[in-house]
Amino acid sequence: MPWWLELIRAIVGTIILFTGVAVVAAMFGVLLERKISGWMQSRLGPKHVGPQGLLQTLADTLKLLQKENIVPHRADRAIFATAVIVVPLAALLDYVVIPFGTTRWGPLIFRDLNVGVVYFAATSSLVVVGILMAGWGSNNKYALLGGLRSAAQMVSYEIPMGLSLITVALMAGSLSTVTIVNAQAGLWYIVAQPVAFLVFLTAATAEVNRVPFDLVEAESELVAGYFSEYSGMRFALFQLGEYGEMFAMAGMAVTLFLGGWRGPVLPPVLWFVIKLYALIFVFMWVRWTYPRFRIDQLLNFSWKVLIPVSLLNLVATAFVVMVMHR
Amino acid sequence: MSGEAIAFYVLAAVTLGSGVVVVTSPNVVHSAVALVPTFLGVTGIYVLLSAEFVAVIQVLIYAGAITVLILFVIMLTEGGTGIRARQRNEQGAIGAAVAAAMAGLLIAVAVRTPWARLPGTLPTYTPGAIGQSFLGPNLLVFEGTSVVLLVSLVGAIVIARKEE
Repeated sequence: MPWWLELIRAIVGTIILFTGVAVVAAMFGVLLERKISGWMQSRLGPKHVGPQGLLQTLADTLKLLQKENIVPHRADRAIFATAVIVVPLAALLDYVVIPFGTTRWGPLIFRDLNVGVVYFAATSSLVVVGILMAGWGSNNKYALLGGLRSAAQMVSYEIPMGLSLITVALMAGSLSTVTIVNAQAGLWYIVAQPVAFLVFLTAATAEVNRVPFDLVEAESELVAGYFSEYSGMRFALFQLGEYGEMFAMAGMAVTLFLGGWRGPVLPPVLWFVIKLYALIFVFMWVRWTYPRFRIDQLLNFSWKVLIPVSLLNLVATAFVVMVMHR
Repeated sequence: MSGEAIAFYVLAAVTLGSGVVVVTSPNVVHSAVALVPTFLGVTGIYVLLSAEFVAVIQVLIYAGAITVLILFVIMLTEGGTGIRARQRNEQGAIGAAVAAAMAGLLIAVAVRTPWARLPGTLPTYTPGAIGQSFLGPNLLVFEGTSVVLLVSLVGAIVIARKEE
């Protein structure tokens, strides 16, 4: 393929990905969150814009698009403005290695990298840079505190997450996401690796800064944390990054533990979407059920519980795999 | 010009451009943030050389972890942020001389080395091959590195621990 065709393909892919993430993850995700929180708190949630309030986030997005972008006095303008791009970009990069389904021409994936799982760990860790930039660039103490908390939290939780990723890779004998899905033809890894699944889900909740790990944007202490000072479309882009990251984490959990696109009768893509939304529901369920951790509890939990547990799990898995392959 | 060459020049420009910002910016945070595009440019060059594993590790370790660590340290340091740090001091001449000597040496080595220009197959950079090499011929280096890392971890804890 000539290089300019490759370039055009990449650009088209990016546009499709961005639109998909913006509509499916951010817009529909926010609506789902409001509906589910309403349901859990015996309210109705948004109801008036469109049928059953379906168009509520669309109206909100249009409203945010028209709002003024306010830059705080003495903020670091360059960093303040670039942070907005880094967060959603890092979230979008995650999707390159997630297989959404399979067709008769092969799996539906942007690039089946032979280091897919490590790639996912790498790109999802880039979000922290954006959050730190936003926190520092705002010239606001709440934003800075949120940014620093985020750095401490995400660096701590990347380790158990990486360890559970390695455990799955060991089971499948490959780092490619497509091979991992194919290896689950008989048995989903949630059955074989329940501990790794729980560790991954916990670490993913912490990585996307959701309750009970939402110290980064704890409303009662830090206003909105690192994006307190952002308004209008910049605020919307942070929301997009956050929900995009959450959907990416759920998509990766589906790929690694729930058999990816595999399932009977229904088409593969539909199976992927069903599993994805089931996990999204779990994330939202947890958010509206549990209270927030304190920062010391949060860090202790990662270093003294999750890391030892996932390390033991990794060693046990490695032993079993070695014995079985003899 | 082939696509690969264009990609190389773009990536080199990104790397060098942000590298210049890292060195010349009077603001420490700007320097630290500019490290990210520098590392990502190098990542792109690794990808061009079809060394995916090294590229991904570069993003994971350098862009994702080292930069965050640097930013974290700067933001926790009192007075480390927002100050227009001085960019030159009395030792400029010596520094320039050392840099020029180093550059001369590097260029001389690069020019004099007989680079193999034969068309050949790239070495297999698959994670499997890298793992085999770590647990096979390079086992001693690998274990040595891990012991060094362990020692530095223990050392960091000893230093950070409060006196009782």
